[in-house]
Amino acid sequence: MWAFIHKLGSPKWFYAISERLLPWFWVAAAALILVGSVWGLAFAPADYQQGNSFRIIYVHVPAAFLAQSIFVTMAVAGFIFMVWKIKLADMAATVMAPLGAAMTFVALFSGAVWGVPTWGTWWMWDARLTSMLILLFLYFGVIALRGAFSSRDSASRAASLLAMVGVINIPIIKYSVDWWYTLHQPATFSMTSRPAMPMEMWAPLLIMVLGFYCFFIAVTLMRTRSEILRRESSKRWVRELTMEVS
Amino acid sequence: MAFDSLSAFLAMGGHGAYVWAAWGVTGLLLVAVVLHARAERRVLLRDLRRRARRTQGYGAAETQVSHQETQVSHQEGHVHES
Repeated sequence: MWAFIHKLGSPKWFYAISERLLPWFWVAAAALILVGSVWGLAFAPADYQQGNSFRIIYVHVPAAFLAQSIFVTMAVAGFIFMVWKIKLADMAATVMAPLGAAMTFVALFSGAVWGVPTWGTWWMWDARLTSMLILLFLYFGVIALRGAFSSRDSASRAASLLAMVGVINIPIIKYSVDWWYTLHQPATFSMTSRPAMPMEMWAPLLIMVLGFYCFFIAVTLMRTRSEILRRESSKRWVRELTMEVS
Repeated sequence: MAFDSLSAFLAMGGHGAYVWAAWGVTGLLLVAVVLHARAERRVLLRDLRRRARRTQGYGAAETQVSHQETQVSHQEGHVHES
């Protein structure tokens, strides 16, 4: 068991295994996002109240899912780095932060654009919207902390710590629609109840969510590989590998 | 199909500006993320190759370094604490 975990934490082993996995995640992401987009934009029926503006849901919800999932993943990676000193976890956390920030921005932007025809306003200081904005600032904080130290180890510790503390914001985002009065509608997907939408509406949404997750995995694998080469550039296997490629 | 014509599809029942703005920004960001990841890898590999070529002249020194590396290789994947 421990031998396996140590192997998993070895950058060299990860570099080899991720090379084989990467094409599958790219193909899955492209296919799912393509099918979900065509279905959601052109084939799903218009909403009886919102008309066609509801089609923003197909980018808004997947982006919001990723924004939160990436932060949790980053916090878990930070914890693994702090406790077991596994460098690979820190490399993955490093490359996840900008993608998480981008997804949070997409969720906020698409939500604001959606709010204009639906709520009559693009912004409200309500619990869901404000806690998502705080998430964006937490991402900025994690990214800024990494650049603020001359020692890599100090930077990694500080960023991991902020991710682990900031993760408290995630349940606040999730339950904000239940705890406070808000304009935002409650959760779209639930484990316990049937979807409030007809199948033709939620099936493309599910496909888009899965596509975004595959996209996240593909980008993270690819950029972690680059981060490995950058940080391990003095290792012999990296030098041999770069000579092979040339 | 939820629309009768291409123009109806583009108009989105009068909500075209909102729908296409949200989708457009999302699409642009996803493409930008992919292009950035690819450019990052390309630049990195070029730099590493350049560095490898530069250090090729120091054959003896390199062998010494790689001996040290074999000794600490069991710590691979961990932070080297001094």
